[in-house]
Amino acid sequence: MLQMKNLAVALALCGAAAAHAADIKVGIALDISGPFAALGAEARDGFELAIEKLGGKLGGQPAEFLRTDFGGNPEQANQLVARYLQRDKIDFFTGPIGSNAALAVGPALFAAKVPYLSANPGPSAYAGEKCSPYFFAQYQNDTYDEAAGKVANEKGYKNVVLIAPNYPAGKDHLNGFKRLYKGAVKDEIYTKLGQIDYAAEIAQIRAAKPDAVFFFLPGAMGINFVKQFVGGGLKDIPLIAPGFSADEDVIQAVGEPMIGVLNTAHWTHDLQNPANAEFVSAFRKKYDGRYPSVYAAMAYDTLMAMDAAVRDVGGKVADREAVLKALKSPSFSSVRGEFKYGVNNFPVQNYYLREVGKDADGRITNKLVGTTLEQHQDAYVGACKM
Amino acid sequence: MDAIFVFEQLLNGLGYGLMLFLIAAGLTLVFGIMDTMNLAHGSLYMAGAYVAARVHEASGSFAGAVLAAVLVTVAVAALLELLVVRHLYRRDHLVQVLATFGIILIADDAVKAIWGVAPLMASTPAALAGPVQLFEGLPYPAYRLLLIGAGLLVALGLYLLVNNTRVGMLVRAGASNRQMAEFMGVRVGAVFSFVFALGAGLAALAGALMAPISSVQVGMGEAILIPALVVIVIGGIGSVRGAFVAALLVGLVDTAGRAFLPPALRAVLPPSVAADLGPALAGIAMYVLMAAVLTLKPAGLFPARA
Repeated sequence: MLQMKNLAVALALCGAAAAHAADIKVGIALDISGPFAALGAEARDGFELAIEKLGGKLGGQPAEFLRTDFGGNPEQANQLVARYLQRDKIDFFTGPIGSNAALAVGPALFAAKVPYLSANPGPSAYAGEKCSPYFFAQYQNDTYDEAAGKVANEKGYKNVVLIAPNYPAGKDHLNGFKRLYKGAVKDEIYTKLGQIDYAAEIAQIRAAKPDAVFFFLPGAMGINFVKQFVGGGLKDIPLIAPGFSADEDVIQAVGEPMIGVLNTAHWTHDLQNPANAEFVSAFRKKYDGRYPSVYAAMAYDTLMAMDAAVRDVGGKVADREAVLKALKSPSFSSVRGEFKYGVNNFPVQNYYLREVGKDADGRITNKLVGTTLEQHQDAYVGACKM
Repeated sequence: MDAIFVFEQLLNGLGYGLMLFLIAAGLTLVFGIMDTMNLAHGSLYMAGAYVAARVHEASGSFAGAVLAAVLVTVAVAALLELLVVRHLYRRDHLVQVLATFGIILIADDAVKAIWGVAPLMASTPAALAGPVQLFEGLPYPAYRLLLIGAGLLVALGLYLLVNNTRVGMLVRAGASNRQMAEFMGVRVGAVFSFVFALGAGLAALAGALMAPISSVQVGMGEAILIPALVVIVIGGIGSVRGAFVAALLVGLVDTAGRAFLPPALRAVLPPSVAADLGPALAGIAMYVLMAAVLTLKPAGLFPARA
């Protein structure tokens, strides 16, 4: 009887050891239904491509990529993360598209010492006061807008009208724009979240006669706004936006009226570097010729960063200190090109100006115009005590 | 704030109001005649928009797309009436609300399954994509002028149908006193099926016409349903004339609230307070209108039941 017991214990130990050596677990919270569905689907495509390229491994070690949809709901994201932590014992986490979900799941992950590599949002709280050694960002939310403000200066726009939905992120984005913009703000229009008809606002813009309009209207709001703006005969007033309001999802839905929209991002599909060229061509091959959006690029890059970190620590992901150190000095070629992390684990990187136009095949897409901000750091880093 | 700005806002309010009228007309008749609450009316609007966007993309003909949208939606509505709504006539409102809310959920998921979650691109017909110079200083989208024209035509047609035809007489009889109409030998069931299909057709027309200027996406029906309900409550349930007047009122008040309130507030308040208060007040303007109307006329502006 005793022998049986020993045998059972030995078997259990073996099993545990085998499982431990076999699996590096990555918890991916997908955002493929709910408010961010279109963007979440882009990110999912980026993850899938990366997993394919890595052959289902991380740093040469067998890995398991857990993928579950949480529908863009922070409450559901919390439940999913609890499950990932307690049942699956994940080693890395990534996925959510919205800042609200990122803020909701952070504390549990940081307490469990699981590195959270954001595949999209970089909320100001995590860049400043609530910064954590376990959180790694792709960009800080406001930096796109800061770059857009600089673009407006360079283009010589003396006065602008700003428009955003009336919710916290809308105000953050407009404040980001004003941080570097030196001209006059003629009007600041806040609309209802989810508004579909912009006729009243367009009349206000027509009456204000600004040099340019800066808009942050994610998803369907931006699609409607741009269509109606051009249909209303305001085509001669330039539109500027952070990259989120003028990425592939919006461009394909709006079509022709998007042409000429100026927007800023830390990555673009025609950025010249070998890693990016490989990513973009693989993506277009896998997904019938369509260009990747910044969401797909970041999702892809996130898994590449994990891959490099696991390789750097020789597969010993249980040593979290070493993993964090490896993540902090990335040894992979990012699709965005050169970057490094600031004290708060938010990147110091270039931001580019893109303009919507047509490619050689007549497909409407973003084209790189130039570098707007070089090795730019976010405005909140000073508040991070780490 | 000059005359052009005010005039443009009036046109905007008129256009929005007319589209609301197309949706509210069907809703108010169904509710007025059979005392049946149909929350799924917004889903018919969504169906119209999706079919129109798809057919327009595939065939290139906008008129054909609108026609297809109306026909397909009417067919779907007829099926819906036969299978579900017909069994709800004699049940209480809670059952109707629950059942039709269920239809909304099913419709949203069906649309996701057929067309995917990403919003569809519905292009404006090429001939109407640009602006029309109404007069010096006001280029106005040609497509919005079409909307206003179509809305007015349908309103006129509906007015003639309800007031000058035998079917219209039966509809009015059913709305003002259903039991009495039944006693007089009107087959209210048949009238109702007709009204339900008519309402669905109007909602589909609104959806098809709105598709190019709004985004065709899952949930668009729920977003438009709330202002449509406000319209029928203000207008008086069951009254087409009431729905027309109320839709124009709501359209104008909503547009005016968004256009004139924030600048007016900025003139008297500090900018940060005005930025918070303006959109909030503009958003509730139509509900304030509804509260005001109900205080003065609890049955709405033109109650169908005397």
